[in-house]
Amino acid sequence: MKADRDTAENKADEAFRKELLGTLPHLRAFARGLSGRPDYADDLAQEAAIKAWTARERYTPGTNMRAWTFAILRNHYLSELRRNRRQTDLDEGVAERMLVMDADQEGGIHLSDMDAALQQLAPERREAVMLVGAGGFTYEEAAEIADCAVGTMKSRVARARAELNRLLDAEPDPQALAKRNATVRGRSRRAAVEATDQPTRPRRRIG
Amino acid sequence: MPGPPPAIRKDGEPGWAAGLRKLYNSVVDEPLPDSFDDILKKLDESDEG
Repeated sequence: MKADRDTAENKADEAFRKELLGTLPHLRAFARGLSGRPDYADDLAQEAAIKAWTARERYTPGTNMRAWTFAILRNHYLSELRRNRRQTDLDEGVAERMLVMDADQEGGIHLSDMDAALQQLAPERREAVMLVGAGGFTYEEAAEIADCAVGTMKSRVARARAELNRLLDAEPDPQALAKRNATVRGRSRRAAVEATDQPTRPRRRIG
Repeated sequence: MPGPPPAIRKDGEPGWAAGLRKLYNSVVDEPLPDSFDDILKKLDESDEG
């Protein structure tokens, strides 16, 4: 009988492991959105995966593994934040991601712009829009992951969306984009990345 | 090459919404970096014994 039980356990573990491995890329993506730092996000994803593995007996097979592990990850992230008071270093994170994403565009929006805007949101709004807008969770699932009321989640997502609308004009065609860039004037949207040498008004000539 | 999608899609979704998903998916689609070797190994080993 014991042998049977062991076999059943191994099978359950095996199924869990498979599912967990499949979730790893999503944990990385979620962690990166939350923290804005690729290297730190990878640490978070791994730590969350280890916690998930350790707690595997609390997982109900057939339920949403991604939601379950995301909750573990965000709780771990928050406790790390509290413990370390680790500051999100926007410049460093953005610069690093620029290297891989600079040429990538979707709907006229540079992913680096998207990313920079995301990192400007308040953490709970960023989390909300990551879960619902990027991760594809329902409000109910997202509320459970973030341990808040569904209404709270809806309002966080709405605020995040309004803010992103403001930060990213979402004008898709190159002409509109060029126009937008020309009229950017002192907005903080691109500040971290591209506002290196663009005067907001004509520079006075020297001499 | 197909043109870019309209700024506001029929369902009222702003253009950045697709960008947000793409940002997420771009990470999901990356191969796991070497730093994950350890955890992959750990998960592989844990069924032994």
